[in-house]
Amino acid sequence: MLRKNTINEFVKILAKPRSYIGIAALTLLVSIILFAMKADGKMYISFVTASFEQTLSFNGHILNGNLIAFIVLQMLIVHIPLLVALVTGDLLSGEAAMGTLRMLLTKPITRTQVVLSKMIAAATYTFILVLWMGFLAVFVGRWVFGTGDLIVLNSDGLVILPDADILWRYGLAFFVAYLALLTIATLSICLSAFADNSIGPIVSTMAIIILFTIIGSLDVSVFDHIKPYLFTTHMASWRSFFNDPVPWSAIWESIWILIVHNILFIGLAIFQFNRKDITS
Amino acid sequence: MNDDPILSVQHLKKTFGNFTAVKDVSFTVNKGDIFGFLGPNGAGKSTTMRCMLSLIKPDAGQIQIFGKDLFKERVSIMSGIGSIVEKPDFYKYLSALQNLKIFARISGADVSEKQLYEQLEFVGLAGREKDKVAGFSHGMKQRLGIAQTLLHQPELIVLDEPTTGLDPQGIIEVRELILRLKNEQQKTVILSSHQLAEIELVANRMVIINRGEGVVEGDVAQLMNQQETALHLELSENASGAAALITANFPEVKLKISSPKTLEVNIEKYYIPSLNAKLVAEGFEIMALEPKRKLEDFFIQMTQSNA
Repeated sequence: MLRKNTINEFVKILAKPRSYIGIAALTLLVSIILFAMKADGKMYISFVTASFEQTLSFNGHILNGNLIAFIVLQMLIVHIPLLVALVTGDLLSGEAAMGTLRMLLTKPITRTQVVLSKMIAAATYTFILVLWMGFLAVFVGRWVFGTGDLIVLNSDGLVILPDADILWRYGLAFFVAYLALLTIATLSICLSAFADNSIGPIVSTMAIIILFTIIGSLDVSVFDHIKPYLFTTHMASWRSFFNDPVPWSAIWESIWILIVHNILFIGLAIFQFNRKDITS
Repeated sequence: MNDDPILSVQHLKKTFGNFTAVKDVSFTVNKGDIFGFLGPNGAGKSTTMRCMLSLIKPDAGQIQIFGKDLFKERVSIMSGIGSIVEKPDFYKYLSALQNLKIFARISGADVSEKQLYEQLEFVGLAGREKDKVAGFSHGMKQRLGIAQTLLHQPELIVLDEPTTGLDPQGIIEVRELILRLKNEQQKTVILSSHQLAEIELVANRMVIINRGEGVVEGDVAQLMNQQETALHLELSENASGAAALITANFPEVKLKISSPKTLEVNIEKYYIPSLNAKLVAEGFEIMALEPKRKLEDFFIQMTQSNA
């Protein structure tokens, strides 16, 4: 029954116009970034490298597909949670608001199976979004701008990564970014289990992300103990793959924290949904 | 019909915060019944229905369906039930056929595409299979809802106020569909309504609930045709004279003078013609003689007191 209802969830997601907003928005945003970089990328790069030009001499093709992919990932990873929550936050509560939850739950399927099938569908949808972003950023970026060494500016200074040493980093970076977005998906479904309207869980998900991000960025000692455990702290962990050497222990810690959050949100969603009276 | 219980609800209770929606409801539905579940708005019908379909967990009481405990063997029980709760809601962005496919997939039975078309034809939606549900009228959704309940050939069909919001023609169509379910497919149907007349037209057994409590349960024909009838008698004058005449000739009759011109008489149905003849023979002018079935009267009072 889990498999059959998961197929149903895919059918519903595919038929809903809002499911394509994310794909369309990503395509548009990446296209805008690519266009802007093509038109004025050299000035943008010289602005970034200006402070280093007294001590370093930059030769070669700096504005390449690898750098474009990094810029795209950096810019969009902040906005994609909204695109994910727009679809996943609606999965349970949208059915309650529409009245179809009543119909669904009078069928021979357990509530746990209903939640899990929606989780699987949400995870797949999120994966497709990330895959599409990866395709646009890395492959279209490389096709339009060509390849070359990647110069990344991080807190320790400039990191130069040779072209041959980059693709695996993107692969893993997108995996960690996916895990972070999956946390957003499970959080929004969890909130969706508590609500009977579509918009509440979507707005609440974004509010939680904003709140946690603000807490994470506040330099106040009172929050120091909780910051490492906020999932938002680990949403930018994908960047660590562009350090040299790669800080594996920090990355593993982020992966575990994100996985624990996912399990927690799924568990809470199942618990709440199983005890919920369907009065809508 | 037989006395083989297919559903048994015993001492059901459900509260929401401080509000008790269902205090104590018990009834039994037998195999082959069209069972009317009657009560005024707010009586607790929908809450009871939702408990029966495991959408709401009751605070107390037992529900047995097909001889099994609902909350222990929910999944296997649900594969034998088709239901519409309150109103049928569908995925508006999908067609009628796609909606049925969605529900068929999780119905617990293998339903072929041919069967889906047959069900749509059975409920009069042939030719509208590919149309999006967003464009359907309430009556069409109701019929699609009934098609959805029949997909997996369930033994028991639960319909919560299936005629609400329908126009007179739609009400007749749904009523005919319910009768066809019983006559052509031998289904057991539980039908809730707040209209006694609607239940009377299709159901063979019923329970009346009010303020969360079961009030009357039994055979519809028997309940509706109780021998003792409340008779409203209006005369041109002298109600007390008529009362004296009735008491003298029908000593077992109970009556009440409600105004100088009107009497309320409790009389067995077959005495009514002779009572009428006696009054006319003695020169009383009868302006109105209105028999009221006690159950109907009782239900109207109940509805009014809830309003």
